[in-house]
Amino acid sequence: MSIETETTHVPAPALKAEVKQLDFYYGDFHALKKVEMPVYERCITSLIGPSGCGKSTLLRCFNRMHDLYPGNRYAGGGIILHPDNTNLLSPDVDPIEVRMRLSMVFQKPNPFPKSIFENVAYSLRVRGMKNKTELEDRVQQALKSAALWNEVGSRLNELGANLSGGQQQRLCIARALASDPELILFDEPTSALDPIATASIEELLMELKDQVTILIVTHNMQQAARISDYTAYMYLGEMVEFGESEQLFIKPKVKATEDYITGRFG
Amino acid sequence: MDQARVEQIRRLIVVAKRWDTFFVVLGIMSMMFGVLMFVTLFVDMGMKGFSRIDWEFFTSFPSRHAAKAGILSAWVGTILVMLVTAMAAIPVGVAAGVYLEEYAPKNWFTAIIEINISNLAGVPSIVYGLLALGLFVYQFGFGQSILSAGLTLALLILPVIIVATREAIRSIPQSIHEGSYACGATTWQTVRDHILPYSSAGILTGIIIGMARAIGETAPIITIGALTFIAFLPTAPFTGDPPAGMFDWIFAPFTVMPIQMFNWTSRPEAAFQLNAAAAGFILVFMTLAMNGLAIYLRYRLRKNINW
Ligand SMILES: Nc1ncnc2c1ncn2[C@@H]1O[C@H](COP(=O)(O)OP(=O)(O)OP(=O)(O)O)[C@@H](O)[C@H]1O
Ligand SMILES: [Mg+2]
Repeated sequence: MSIETETTHVPAPALKAEVKQLDFYYGDFHALKKVEMPVYERCITSLIGPSGCGKSTLLRCFNRMHDLYPGNRYAGGGIILHPDNTNLLSPDVDPIEVRMRLSMVFQKPNPFPKSIFENVAYSLRVRGMKNKTELEDRVQQALKSAALWNEVGSRLNELGANLSGGQQQRLCIARALASDPELILFDEPTSALDPIATASIEELLMELKDQVTILIVTHNMQQAARISDYTAYMYLGEMVEFGESEQLFIKPKVKATEDYITGRFG
Repeated sequence: MDQARVEQIRRLIVVAKRWDTFFVVLGIMSMMFGVLMFVTLFVDMGMKGFSRIDWEFFTSFPSRHAAKAGILSAWVGTILVMLVTAMAAIPVGVAAGVYLEEYAPKNWFTAIIEINISNLAGVPSIVYGLLALGLFVYQFGFGQSILSAGLTLALLILPVIIVATREAIRSIPQSIHEGSYACGATTWQTVRDHILPYSSAGILTGIIIGMARAIGETAPIITIGALTFIAFLPTAPFTGDPPAGMFDWIFAPFTVMPIQMFNWTSRPEAAFQLNAAAAGFILVFMTLAMNGLAIYLRYRLRKNINW
């Protein structure tokens, strides 16, 4: 990271997305309550909070993952994606369209039981890309962006599952990057990895934010403080505090946030 | 640690382990019972019938003279009926399984359908025979043909294939499922690119187990009126004048292996019993070969998949 960006108050970057008065239900369970949050373009925004507070639930609203299961309900408010002001949660917007614009990386690496090449190419294939050289170029580019090309460039036909855990997660990141998304959602992407693999993923995320907006759920506050520009603290389905990471971790405005980050929580 | 406590723990272990020993003995006995029964039957049939198994036996039509009788019309009939069964049951069964798992809304209606599919697997096969007699033979006018028999057996094994398909799909981890949708795939793309390829081993196993059951079914085929004495073959499949002639074979009268066996066992002459044993041996061998194929395919198809 360059030094200038950290020194003084640069004007707030452009908005990429805005969560507005979002209510969400799992059946009768009110999991998100009037949540408000901005997501700034080409920044890393972290979602932190104790287990069960609704971080994953909020993240999975962004790409309409909840639509896959019966009983889940968006009950008000929305998520506005800029610059075109599309409400991602609107019933008129096809969830497939949303998932074509946003990518997701999961907690446990979930490569498909296909070759490394096909894993990355899959997000291009569902977008109708068939040309072989174009596919090869884009796969290579994505693997390079995911810092995996040096390790796997010579064995693209091997199974994705044969890679180490950290490599598998970077493969999933490459898959998410290949389609050139506007926003990538990460749900605790390092919680299944060892510290070295974690460090390499964190480094990768900080490089990626030059090309893409990142929203990441983490239960690791040090991680949020290390990598993110903005942090949101959630508790029991509510957004307690949102702010620049430096401010939120050093001088939280809300007492509850302070209790949580100083470990005096609960 | 004091000696007394260690002693006590050891005594406890000895007592507890008696149950292990007891169960192992019981388990081995149960297993041996099944295996021995099967081996005895199989060997008995093989010994009795072996003298009859030669080239002639496969290439001769049934005859009033036991020594000249063969199973040509029976094995050809079995293969043709199985062909119809497979062509009907596999697409319908797999499609139904995929629909129920991936597309169907979860409500009371689909719940009732699900329960009924499981129940269908338990319906006695002769009931399918009666249904088929009314529906295929008379209502649709297919007559006592290969088509009627194939469709009857297809109905019979449909629940097996549907259930196997659903089980195989359910064994795919949720994370793979979500991974595909998160890439922007539609349900159809997810089914085509992930669900079907990754569940194909389980589905194939289900299909083959179903077919292995169907190949030995006798009651429903007799019910729809298969002949027991057939001294000619249907026209070979897909060889007649296209388009209509290509399907002449499915309307042909036929017999199948178990019916041929049944016919021979009901003869008083001992020589025919040998024929029956020989045919039984070949039928069991066909079933075992299908199961072997299932094991091999499962191994091959699951090689890349480990969850
Ligand atoms: N499918 C579901 N059906 C019903 N309730 C659910 C479902 N998934 C999550 N919940 C509930 O919603 C709340 C928020 O869950 P969520 O998974 O978003 O928590 P989280 O903040 O991601 O926690 P963690 O850090 O443990 O991953 C929890 O109380 C949880 O029990
Ligand atoms: Mg979570």
